[in-house]
Formats: sequence, C-alpha cells, structure tokens
Amino acid sequence: MKSKQPNHLRSIVAHVVLIILSFMCLFFFYILIVNATRSHSDLQKGFSALPGAYLLDNLKNVANDGTFPMFRGILNSLIVSGCSAAICTYFSALTAYGLYAYNFKLKKIAFTFIMAILVMPTQVTAMGFLRLITNMGMYDSLLPLIIPSIASPAVFYFMYSYLQSSLPLSLVEAARIDGSGEFMTFNRIVLPIMKPAIAVQAIFSFVGSWNNYFVPALVIQSKEKMTVPILIATLRGADYMNFDMGKIYTMILVAIVPIIIVYLLLSKFIIAGVTLGGVKE
Amino acid sequence: MKQKNKKVDYSKWGYFFILPFFISFFIFSLIPLIDTIRYSFFEYYRSGIKEIGPNFVGMANYASLLGSDMLKYAANTMILWVIGFIPQIVIALVLAEWFVDARLKIRGTQFFKVVIYLPNLIMASAFAMLFFTMFSTNGPVNGILMSIGLTSKPIDFLGSVMGTRSLVGFMNFLMWFGNSTIMLMAAIMGISPDIFEASELDGCNSFQRFFFITLPQIRPILAYTLITAIIGGLQMFDVPQILTNGQGSPDRTSMTLIMFLNSHLKSRNYGMAGALSVYLFIVSGILCFFVYRMTNNDDPDGSKAAAKKAKKLAKKQGRG
Repeated sequence: MKSKQPNHLRSIVAHVVLIILSFMCLFFFYILIVNATRSHSDLQKGFSALPGAYLLDNLKNVANDGTFPMFRGILNSLIVSGCSAAICTYFSALTAYGLYAYNFKLKKIAFTFIMAILVMPTQVTAMGFLRLITNMGMYDSLLPLIIPSIASPAVFYFMYSYLQSSLPLSLVEAARIDGSGEFMTFNRIVLPIMKPAIAVQAIFSFVGSWNNYFVPALVIQSKEKMTVPILIATLRGADYMNFDMGKIYTMILVAIVPIIIVYLLLSKFIIAGVTLGGVKE
Repeated sequence: MKQKNKKVDYSKWGYFFILPFFISFFIFSLIPLIDTIRYSFFEYYRSGIKEIGPNFVGMANYASLLGSDMLKYAANTMILWVIGFIPQIVIALVLAEWFVDARLKIRGTQFFKVVIYLPNLIMASAFAMLFFTMFSTNGPVNGILMSIGLTSKPIDFLGSVMGTRSLVGFMNFLMWFGNSTIMLMAAIMGISPDIFEASELDGCNSFQRFFFITLPQIRPILAYTLITAIIGGLQMFDVPQILTNGQGSPDRTSMTLIMFLNSHLKSRNYGMAGALSVYLFIVSGILCFFVYRMTNNDDPDGSKAAAKKAKKLAKKQGRG
C-alpha cells in the first residue's frame, strides 16, 4: 500500500506532463487549420478559436495565384520525392546486398568507407556541387535533386543490418543451383525479402526529400520548377504584409498536409521504423 | 573437367552491385568536395557581372574568415542548438523512462507517441513560416496574450535577440524531442528486466533506478544521440533562415554557419564558401569519426572492458 501511493502520484504527474507536451505539439497545427478556414478580413479582427467557412475560397485563391504556383510546386515535390525514394531504396538495397553476399577483395575497404561517411553533412560539398551541376548543364532542373540519392550511406547501413538479420546466404546458393542469374536473384528473391526495410526507408527518404530546402534553394531558379519548401521561403521573402493572410495560412497547410496524412495512416509503422536504423547493440 | 567449370567464382559480382553507389558518390560528392577544397585557396568571386579570379591566394581566405564574423556565427549556432537541445534531451529521457515504466500505467501510449513524433516530419521551412506569422506583432499568439490580459501591447518576439533565439530553440526542441524519446525508449527497453527486478527487490526508488541503472545502461545510445544531434545542430539552416528571411536578424544574432555559407554561395563567392566548407568539413569529420567508432565497435564506451575488470577483481577478492 505504502509503495503504491507514490506511483499513483507519479502517474498523475506523468499524464499531466504528457498532455501539456501533446497540447504544445498540436496547438500550432490547430491554429494553422483554424486560420486557414478564415478570410483575410476575419483574421484582421483578431484570433478566434473556432474555424470559419472560408477554406474552399482560400484554396481557390492559392490555386489561382500565378506568383506562387503552389500546386505546381506540390507536383514538382512529388516527382522529386517519389523518384528519390525509389532510386535511393533500390540502389541502397543493391549496394547492401553486394557487400553482404559477395566476398571480393575491396569489400572491407568499401564497407569501411561508407561507414566513415555515414553522417557526413551534404552542406560541406555544396559549393563544388553547385559548380559541378552548373558545368553539367543541370542547373535549374530537378535531376540534381534526384540522382545523388543513389548514394545514401545511412539507408545503405539500414539495409545492410536488415540483410544480416533476415537473409540466409543458403537461399542465394539455392537460387544459383536453380539456375537463377545474379541480378535475377536480387530482383526476384532478395528484394521481396527486403520489402519491410524498403518500405520504412522509402517513407523516410520521401519525407526527407519532401522537406529538403538547402539543396533545392541552391539549384532551382525558375518559378515553375520550384519545390514546396522554396515556394514557402519565397513567400517569406516577399512583402507579405500586403498579402491575404488566409491565403498564407492555406499555403502552409497545403505544404504540410500531405505528409501528415501519410503519417497518420502509417504512424505505427513509421514509429517502429525510427529506432531500427539506430545504433547496433 | 566439367565439374571444375561449374564452380564459378561469383565474388566479382559484388563490384557490379556496389558500382552505382560509388559512381554516384564520386561524381556528386567526392568531385565537389575536391573542387570545394581546391577553390578554398583561390580568390574567386563575382562582383556585379564581372567574375574575379580564380587567383591563387594560399590561406588568405581561411585567415580572412577567422577575422570575419565566422566565429560569432559559430557561437550563434551553438547557442541556438543548446537552447533547443537541453530541454529536448531532458524531456526525452524522462518521457522514455515513463513510457517504459509499467507501474505508471500510462494510458494511450501509442497516441502520445504519435503526437510527439509528429513535428519531426513537418517541413521545417513551413513550420518556420507558420511560427513567423503566428508570433508576428499582429499574429494570433499576441492576439491570445492580449485577449487574456497578459500583455497590453503586442510583444515583438522577432524583434528581440532573446525572442528570436528562444523561438528557434523552441522549434528545434518541438521537432526533435519526440524522435529522441523514441530512440531512448528503445534503448531502455533493451536493458535486461532482471536488472530492474533486482533493483526493486533491493528497495531502489524511482530516482535511484533512473540515475544508477537506466542512465549508465543506455550510455552508448545516449552518446550516439548526442553526437548525431551535434552534427544536426551544425547543419542548422531551414528554421532560422526562413524565420529571419536569411538575415539572422536582429543584428545577425541568429545567423548560423550554414546560413553564412548559403549567403556566400548565393553571391557566388566561391573562394570564401570553399574555405568555410573546409572548416565545416574538418569539424564534421571529427564528429563522423566518433560515430564511426560507435557503430563499428562492440565496446564503444569501454563499458564491457570495465565490466570485465570488475569481474576479475571480484574473482580475486572471492579467492582472497
């Protein structure tokens, strides 16, 4: 009885703290949603906790705004993020399989090398990257946002750990005996086994690429090629005080919502995936 | 003869599989890195439409960066990072401990986890834009504060040094504490339940349990979290850039190193940008080395070695 009392108190404290933190996390999204449903003149009058009925008009205004092609931006972002996620997971799986299943001379060096650059920030090579793609004629195009994701050390490391735990090499042997070529073995046997790992990493690289701002801001110049984060940034740079505030909130909402929907649908899966890529124990 | 032919050496296939990764890495990372380092020794910038250089100037760029505001920006980056990171790690540790503690009977654990992880996936630039509009002088936060009578005049959050820095720190905290909580929770769940049971039998209270059992047991993952967070902090860009429109206002007190790099890149000052990149490269290289040691070492923090030593000592004492 004596030991139960303090636990009861601690439990209450824990719940209160958790509720406060959750409130903090959700409060801003709540304001965002409420304000996106109100008109500019409503917003000028002051804050209201209840949503208005102006969302559709705001959305129309956003869609028709030629200076901030938000829906074009979403399309560009979808192209970039989708392609990056596909390329990044496929080639990381390929690299991980190559290093896991074969014993070649440079295997150890290659592995050590990738591990050494595991958390290297991309920003340190940004200057050379900018010059390189300018010389290659890829400045102001979406390609330099997609192709470099072939080499993603962190995704590779995740795939490699996954292979270690779930691909017995005897399976590869068996496929060989059955006359399967090496690439076919990878595509037909190894990839299906890696599906869970690929799904987790595809989500994370999609989100990472969707939210990426630094590289696109350097590379993209023209309005019709801008991705969502750059559009948001130009919104900040413009003389925003003269804008329709309802439209601004709606633009932010439109930029955030796709990821939130994906997250809410797959939350269990995503949260379980966070820790899988962590430290090897 | 036929038998011998059948034994094919498959090992060279490995090269084909890892080739795309390395080709992509060499083109898009290594060549740019070498180029960056090379131009860091050159005077090479654009003034107006005229391109100056490249003229070899040796270490002049490095020296002039040290004389410029770079160190101030490094300090800014650190301050912004610390404001966010300290509450982040403290709250993450406490929450992780609570989530794992079955005696607390926390309801809706999954709901709380989903909610606290949510900000981590939000586009940092959109989040910063949202904070900018909400904390502006005629924004909703001031509206709420005024309507409940906490202040009579709107507070200019983004006009003061403390206000801007706190906002950046707060946003970083919001975006990352859920992630750290989930990482540390996995670490705590990895501790053998026997240890906790033994401690309970010995009459350990929850504070003692946290400080003398949980913390030492999760030290490796805690260290990993810390170092990856430092690397993340070094790259801090999106939030202060959008919040202050790239100015680091007020008076460049919230200008981070990457914002500084970005402004050099935008103005095409390749020489300076190169030298700054090399400084960043050296610092992150050192940090990468620590991460490498941790992910590739069975005994990253010497805890196993210490345990072995303790065992030996205990044996000796047992004999003697």
